[in-house]
Amino acid sequence: MLGVLAVSGLGAFLALLLEIADTYIADYGEQHIFVNGERDLVVQGGKPLLFALGEHGIYLPSACGGKGTCAYCKARVLEGGGPVLPTETPYLSSQDLENHIRITCQVKVKETVRVEVPDELLNVRQYHVRVLALENLTPHIRLVRLQMPAASEGFRFKPGQYVQLEVPKYKSTSGPEFRAYSIASASHEPEVLDLVIGRVEGGAVSTYVHDYLKTGDVVNIRGPFGDFWLRDSERPVLLIATGTGLAPLRSMLFQIERDRIARSVTLFFGARTRDDLFFFEELREVEKRLPNFHFVPTLSRPAQGDAWEGEVGRVTRLIDEQIPEGAQMDVYICGAPEMVQSCMELLEKKGVPSDRILFDMFA
Amino acid sequence: MTEISAGTLFFAAIFTNNILLTNFLGLCPYLSISRDYKAALGLGGAVVFVMTFTAGINHLVYHQVLAPMNLEHFRYIVFIIVIAAFVQLVEMAVERYLPALYFVLGIFLPLITVNCAILGASLFMVIRAYTFTQAVVYGAGSGIGWMLAIGIVGAIREKIQKTSQLPPGLEGPGITLIITGVLSLAFMVFSGMIQIQ
Ligand SMILES: Cc1cc2nc3c(=O)[nH]c(=O)nc-3n(C[C@H](O)[C@H](O)[C@H](O)COP(=O)(O)OP(=O)(O)OC[C@H]3O[C@@H](n4cnc5c(N)ncnc54)[C@H](O)[C@@H]3O)c2cc1C
Ligand code: FES
Repeated sequence: MLGVLAVSGLGAFLALLLEIADTYIADYGEQHIFVNGERDLVVQGGKPLLFALGEHGIYLPSACGGKGTCAYCKARVLEGGGPVLPTETPYLSSQDLENHIRITCQVKVKETVRVEVPDELLNVRQYHVRVLALENLTPHIRLVRLQMPAASEGFRFKPGQYVQLEVPKYKSTSGPEFRAYSIASASHEPEVLDLVIGRVEGGAVSTYVHDYLKTGDVVNIRGPFGDFWLRDSERPVLLIATGTGLAPLRSMLFQIERDRIARSVTLFFGARTRDDLFFFEELREVEKRLPNFHFVPTLSRPAQGDAWEGEVGRVTRLIDEQIPEGAQMDVYICGAPEMVQSCMELLEKKGVPSDRILFDMFA
Repeated sequence: MTEISAGTLFFAAIFTNNILLTNFLGLCPYLSISRDYKAALGLGGAVVFVMTFTAGINHLVYHQVLAPMNLEHFRYIVFIIVIAAFVQLVEMAVERYLPALYFVLGIFLPLITVNCAILGASLFMVIRAYTFTQAVVYGAGSGIGWMLAIGIVGAIREKIQKTSQLPPGLEGPGITLIITGVLSLAFMVFSGMIQIQ
């Protein structure tokens, strides 16, 4: 009995000590953030700069939700960022360091901070939007259709860009979490937004989307972000996707159709089995309407009942066999990092200059 | 054996009875953080600091609180809570007042809560009936010994990475364990020179 008391007492004493430390030592008071030398924001100190800016409606790009793994949240911190942390150095080149570029989700606001935010990001806003519809495109991939405000309210994006989708706290998370998702719908119909979200085993946001999200729910999205969009040129276009990587390319295809872009367009789309080939009929329809568009799906592991007569193998095989040496084309690749990597290597070997290859890696 | 002098004990804890290379305690952070020399020393520094203080604090708690009340059987849980609370406090204080040091140790401090070498040092000091001074000296020595070991391995691994090609099966933990084995043999040459228990 005495033992229980003594040990509890000791525990309580230590807990008290920590509580006191938390209120006095870890309290950084109010701090100021100056954005581009003009806007003065007052924030509760001690928070990561990325989130402190978000509280005031300034949303920097981020794919990992502030975990320090995507390096999308880079910005120039002119003052008050403290020393560069070991969690940042892997993502900063020597040029970045010279220019005072920091990973803002790792920089905590403990004193007055001066930060530079590019103008186009100041236009990024947060929207509370309703889920219009949910549809399982494959057993692992879900279409999420969102009702955006009227176009007059100003949500405009370039096909290929992405938004940050925030989901509320639930059983497996300790707070709201957000991740990047590419817009899969047409930019000329910005009132309705389609996202195509794959299930990642144990993933915070994708699990919520697949198991908890319901039609009629309201979620937060922020955007648009990203520089993965169709560049003007005369050259033929090659689009390459695996899995959910098709999302931004679908939006680009809508743009190509609507703007009657006359370039030759080829889409290599890789999936495992016929069941994983979502938007298949739709893309075949687009192919009928657009004579300059060729849709080349390929299955890496067709199942026995698939009765598949199309291409078999990975998208890299298609590149190998169908792209001639020294091909003049612009390439847009989207999907898993390993796939993007191997496609780029292959294309560069075939003599496609690296500045004609754009990509988005989904991780 | 309580009559051993503080200086000898300090030396022994670093070289002849190195807690990592002869007792094999604290291996998990050692394997994962020894990829580069700088990080290894950062973690080593944090271990030295925490081990020295927790050995002292745990000595006081054990002999002034637990022993008089005949509560020695609670020592594991108590030591663990003390270590965890200490690490948490230090992390907060360092982040606030010594940002430069936080930059070096910061991300490593939390790892230390689960470093068994730290708990090991506290338990050894009880088993071996050290005095307070001996406990602190032993804690500091063991910490430095641990830092020495991870520093050496960090340097060797960095060198290997830059200069030679390893067979794929040996990369990472594989080669680290082999290096550790060889190092450990080297350190065992000293064993028996000084008896510390
Ligand atoms: C620019 C951009 C656009 C994106 N667009 C889309 C999109 O349109 N559709 C879509 O489904 N996803 C897209 N992603 C990926 C998405 O942002 C999330 O990374 C993904 O949904 C996993 O988030 P999570 O919270 O479910 O998992 P997390 O909780 O972040 O991760 C859990 C674990 O799974 C691992 N993991 C993360 N992603 C993957 C993956 N893809 N495959 C295997 N393991 C993984 C993590 O390393 C981690 O260990 C995009 C990413 C970027 C950067
Ligand atoms: S938000 Fe991903 S690294 Fe900062």
